[in-house]
Amino acid sequence: MTDKKQQKKEQIMLASLGLFASKGFYNTTIPDIALSLKMSVGNMYNYFKSKDLLAKEIIKFVSSYFGKKIRAINEENISTKEKTRKIVEIYFQTAIVKPEMLDYFLRIYLSTREVFKDGCEGMICVNDFVTEIMIYFEEGVKCGDLRDQDFFNAFGLFMGYLGGMVFLQGENVLPKKLNEYVDDVSDNIYKALSA
Amino acid sequence: MKKKVRILWLGLITCNGNTHSFLNYTHLEQFFNDFEFIYHPIIDSEYSLEDIISQDVACDILLIEGAIADDFIKADVLGIDIIKKYSNIVSKIVTVGTCATFGGIFKESHYENVSGLHFKEEKRTEKYNHLFEKTISISGCPIHPETLVSTLYAIKKGLDLKLDSYLRPKEYFAYTVHNGCTRNEYFEYKVDHHHFGELEGCMFYDHGCQGPLTHGSCNKILWNEINSKTRAGLPCMGCTEPSFPKQNLFSTKKNMGIPEFLPVGVNKRVYLTLAGITKAFKIDRLQKKLFDD
Repeated sequence: MTDKKQQKKEQIMLASLGLFASKGFYNTTIPDIALSLKMSVGNMYNYFKSKDLLAKEIIKFVSSYFGKKIRAINEENISTKEKTRKIVEIYFQTAIVKPEMLDYFLRIYLSTREVFKDGCEGMICVNDFVTEIMIYFEEGVKCGDLRDQDFFNAFGLFMGYLGGMVFLQGENVLPKKLNEYVDDVSDNIYKALSA
Repeated sequence: MKKKVRILWLGLITCNGNTHSFLNYTHLEQFFNDFEFIYHPIIDSEYSLEDIISQDVACDILLIEGAIADDFIKADVLGIDIIKKYSNIVSKIVTVGTCATFGGIFKESHYENVSGLHFKEEKRTEKYNHLFEKTISISGCPIHPETLVSTLYAIKKGLDLKLDSYLRPKEYFAYTVHNGCTRNEYFEYKVDHHHFGELEGCMFYDHGCQGPLTHGSCNKILWNEINSKTRAGLPCMGCTEPSFPKQNLFSTKKNMGIPEFLPVGVNKRVYLTLAGITKAFKIDRLQKKLFDD
């Protein structure tokens, strides 16, 4: 795929994320997305053959975005405790700056499974992100900072907590700003996972 | 009468497991048409160990079985002195087994400076540097008899054997034990569900199998021309590797579900990405017994 075509695809995915967040997934149509980008509907189909395919590409795009950020943290020569804090910080920062990304993950990907059942089985479409989280856990255990346990047990604790906080922030029920929770949340996570 | 290749089989700190494995070679009669032992610990030979020590007996190949230590005494002389003497007489030296190559299990013994001839685990030792060029290593606990005999025939024919960095013939050690394992489909789709001795399941994920990280031809050249450990339902224990023996050989060391030791040359990210994809699919056929009835 040419760089130009890839750039256009990303532009469409970003526009779609915005529309899905504001109007909802089912209320947003391909013509809506095309209109927001001043593209013809026919041209849109040159990039994505259907809304379901677009939905799957978007979750891969979101996963890759987080995967790259966490990979950079994994590759830093810092303690697991510091890595934990940085991952929480990146997650919350994204929720503040690009809320549509986490909104898509939490409200569409996790709750609209019928769209993702073919082609996004298991964790295939979020592999980039999950792989980096696995590496964070594995290296944490290897260096003796984290307790060895079932991966999903630890994954659920970490991601469930972050997702819950971002959801509460989206519902405007948190008394403080999300970024003010970074220290406490990362402390809690690290204490719960540490050896 | 044609001239036979003359071999000295010298046993040092050893359990004689390689000797026993050699006896399982299926064409021994042919072998003894072409080779003769000037001395062997359990096979009748022309000379006694005392003769070997007291005389300079003509010989072509020195086979060393067992780990080597500075203070190990064999028939009232230092084992290293026997090596010293015969390494000057022979044109080739073959370290037979993992102990003679890397130190093996006997590196844990009480002797001084226990190692293989040129390696202590992965680390190259300097002491016998002058013999490096004339040495070939056949690691294994025990050695595969076919590997040893074929190597001896290659020496006899003067073939230029390609060796790996541990001096092992690539013909046999460029492969991993995983290569040719009948459980590869289970590996590909991450299906363990194994019970020792049964035909189904890959033992890499939970049962300690080191096949994908062990160099050897066990699944390419079968043992007794019939079977291999992994085919029979027992994990590969990595017996040809410098690190042998590791601990807990029947369980896979994992950190938060990820195997600590990955297949040779496979990057962790690549492994996890592939594993994540294959894990998403459940192949019914691989969940069932091969023979239901």
